[in-house]
Amino acid sequence: MADNDKKEIDELSGVETTGHEWDGIRELNNPLPRWWLWTFYATIVWSIGYTIAYPAWPLIDNATAGVLGWSSRADLADEVSQAAMLNQDKISAIQSAAVSEIAADENLRQFATAGGASAFKVYCVQCHGSGAAGSAGYPNLNDDDWIWGGTVDDIYSTLMHGIRYDADADTRFNDMPAYGGDEILTRAEISDVAWYVRKLSDQDFDETAAANGEAIYADNCAACHGDTGEGVAELGGPNLSDAIWLYGGTHAQIAAQISNPRMGMMPGWGERLGEAAVKQLAVYVHGLGGGE
Amino acid sequence: MNNQTVTVLVGVGAFLALLGAAFAQDAAFEAHAWVLFFVLAISTVVMLRQMRFAPAGAAARVLDDDSGGYLDGVVRWGAVITLFWGIVGFLVGVIAASQLAWPVLNIEPWFNFGRIRPLHTSAVVFAFGGNALLATSFYVVQRTCRARLWGGDLAWFVFWGYQLFIVMAATGYLLGITEGREYAEPEWYVDIWLTIVWVAYLAVFVGTLVKRKEPHIYVANWFYLAFIVTIAMLHVVNNLSMPVSLLGAKSYSAFAGVQDALTQWWYGHNAVGFFLTAGFLGMMYYFVPKQAGRPVYSYRLSIIHFWALIFLYIWAGPHHLHYTALPDWAQTLGMVFSIMLWMPSWGGMINGLMTLSGAWDKLRTDPILRMLVISIAFYGMSTFEGPMMSIKAVNSLSHYTDWTIGHVHSGALGWVGMISFGAIYFLVPKLWQRQRLYSLRLVNWHFWLATLGIVVYAAVMWVSGITQGLMWREYDEQGYLVYSFAESIAVMYPYYVLRVLGGLLYLAGSLVMAFNIYKTIRGDVRAEVPMGAEAEALVPAE
Repeated sequence: MADNDKKEIDELSGVETTGHEWDGIRELNNPLPRWWLWTFYATIVWSIGYTIAYPAWPLIDNATAGVLGWSSRADLADEVSQAAMLNQDKISAIQSAAVSEIAADENLRQFATAGGASAFKVYCVQCHGSGAAGSAGYPNLNDDDWIWGGTVDDIYSTLMHGIRYDADADTRFNDMPAYGGDEILTRAEISDVAWYVRKLSDQDFDETAAANGEAIYADNCAACHGDTGEGVAELGGPNLSDAIWLYGGTHAQIAAQISNPRMGMMPGWGERLGEAAVKQLAVYVHGLGGGE
Repeated sequence: MNNQTVTVLVGVGAFLALLGAAFAQDAAFEAHAWVLFFVLAISTVVMLRQMRFAPAGAAARVLDDDSGGYLDGVVRWGAVITLFWGIVGFLVGVIAASQLAWPVLNIEPWFNFGRIRPLHTSAVVFAFGGNALLATSFYVVQRTCRARLWGGDLAWFVFWGYQLFIVMAATGYLLGITEGREYAEPEWYVDIWLTIVWVAYLAVFVGTLVKRKEPHIYVANWFYLAFIVTIAMLHVVNNLSMPVSLLGAKSYSAFAGVQDALTQWWYGHNAVGFFLTAGFLGMMYYFVPKQAGRPVYSYRLSIIHFWALIFLYIWAGPHHLHYTALPDWAQTLGMVFSIMLWMPSWGGMINGLMTLSGAWDKLRTDPILRMLVISIAFYGMSTFEGPMMSIKAVNSLSHYTDWTIGHVHSGALGWVGMISFGAIYFLVPKLWQRQRLYSLRLVNWHFWLATLGIVVYAAVMWVSGITQGLMWREYDEQGYLVYSFAESIAVMYPYYVLRVLGGLLYLAGSLVMAFNIYKTIRGDVRAEVPMGAEAEALVPAE
């Protein structure tokens, strides 16, 4: 490396080198590309301008506010109030009308359905699915099987106060006994009554067992589920005569539910979303296809 | 220190780990101490055996041989282990991508996405990228200073100490031990170990610079030094925390709330800036002129863009926290510093690409140079995309979407990955004294597999990211949200499958590389028509 610190001209480019060399690497002494330098200056000038316009430089106990007076909080408050203004009339109409009146009014119903759909996507899809089709343990809202009633008022009340929701005194509540867990019925009796429930719902069943189960059903189940398994909405007793099953309709699944019933809960949304939003949700869910 | 002392120290370490397992305050620490015990116990046994059989261990001698005056054994190990961790990291990435497409692949609890994801990011950033930086910096600083590494075997401590850090970090993630800090997930005791290793690294590097026989310090070493010093500072500050117990796995950060968020992204963004940019620019400044056989384009540009880059990068972190609780003024500054960073970043791209002036024809025949050049191209693309995404209006669309993931990967797979592959292809024949690589045609295969993989990956993430962003902000005419979050996830499915495909292509390329490197180290040379010689090859060679 005897040529250290000896500037020379690179043959290919005709540019002078710096004369340094490391492990055979030399450096050309090209000037900064003009476009690069001027673009760099431009970004600096733009940045200075931007920091004058917007909140930027920290001071001792606050920061410069910027000549435009912009702040993200004010910006957000603005957007929120604009959105509120947009629908102010309709929201106050919904506030004052009964939910059945809203469902009957073409204009309000359309608006409520849009708002309800939006709220549904945020608060309800986690359990009921984005298409409201539910899943095991979470009711499908598209069909006409309503455990606590399917009129728009029923749905509204369920939404407002929830189901088995401790925080709300008006919540919908019932409690099915654990016929197996608490040894109210024997295993054989449970099996028999499960076969009878299969018969009620028009599925394949064991003749003798179902015959034995009929009396057990009448004594233990009919009060809440109805004499023919048609369900009792006022008590939240599910319909057992159709093809819709929350926890499955096989003999084993029905027997398991009789032995140790699983009972879901739903929070009441009144407190969290307010009356207007819950009314909109009720109208939306009612309109999904299965409302009564 | 001689071998006996080191062996005894590692043995004592194993014993301490055993005590740690015995007196651990929580199950996680106990499991982690067992991992440490087994690693150190096995190391002790290996070292004991080596002591006895050293004269006969021919393979180890070749790997550790540094009779050339430079300490190259550690670079050889580094080159091999970089490739090993690279393949591990890419594979885990493919697994993580598959888990997003097919959630059933989340195997609880050790292999769910929440644990696999930091394993992937740390494996590629710190294990693959970190070892590439260690190995190349040790090689480059010796060549450009004409001096053997300072500190005797301290470089070996840095190397093995760093591997221990990687193993402890990775096993910790799978055991569920985490600080939950982006790119800094390891718990306090692993952090302390890394600090010790890192200070030793700094000492080796600076010591070598000090005893250099060249009058000037080469630009590559400025970048390596900036990387080492800044990472030390970032690592220490970001990980300030109070352990719950000296024998427990849990600690609490010294920061809280938005200060904590800002500290994390000050660290996180500069891990990108100084680990994945400055360090790899150091790599570029050595390997590109060497492989191209041309002088660096502009000394002046290298000075200006170096200082501009390291001054501006450190302030850009707040752009990760746009539209959050972070005060507006800090968001503004994060944004404008990111914008001003555009040209300093591109200074490196210009210097890299223009170094090829007069040598562009070599791209036709040299797939290694091709790899280095596409890496710089991806660097330029990512460092334009980054400032653009830091603009608040753009960020309001891109933030929290896959666009960010795509951006990171065009930087990581394109820039970091490709330049590391190029450097290793350059190094291996020299380190093992082979006349050339086993096969240049296989390098070309690797080049195309990897490039195609990145293009698929980045393009798919652009589409999915912008789709997500638009779906999340879609309002109907009455002002209500149109889509639920779950609906936007359902739409992602085809893109997530395509992303797995992109990752698989990239992984396949790295396996081709592993085969090529293995054959090269063995000393095999494939008889093949040279690249770019197809015209002549038309004449039947039989």
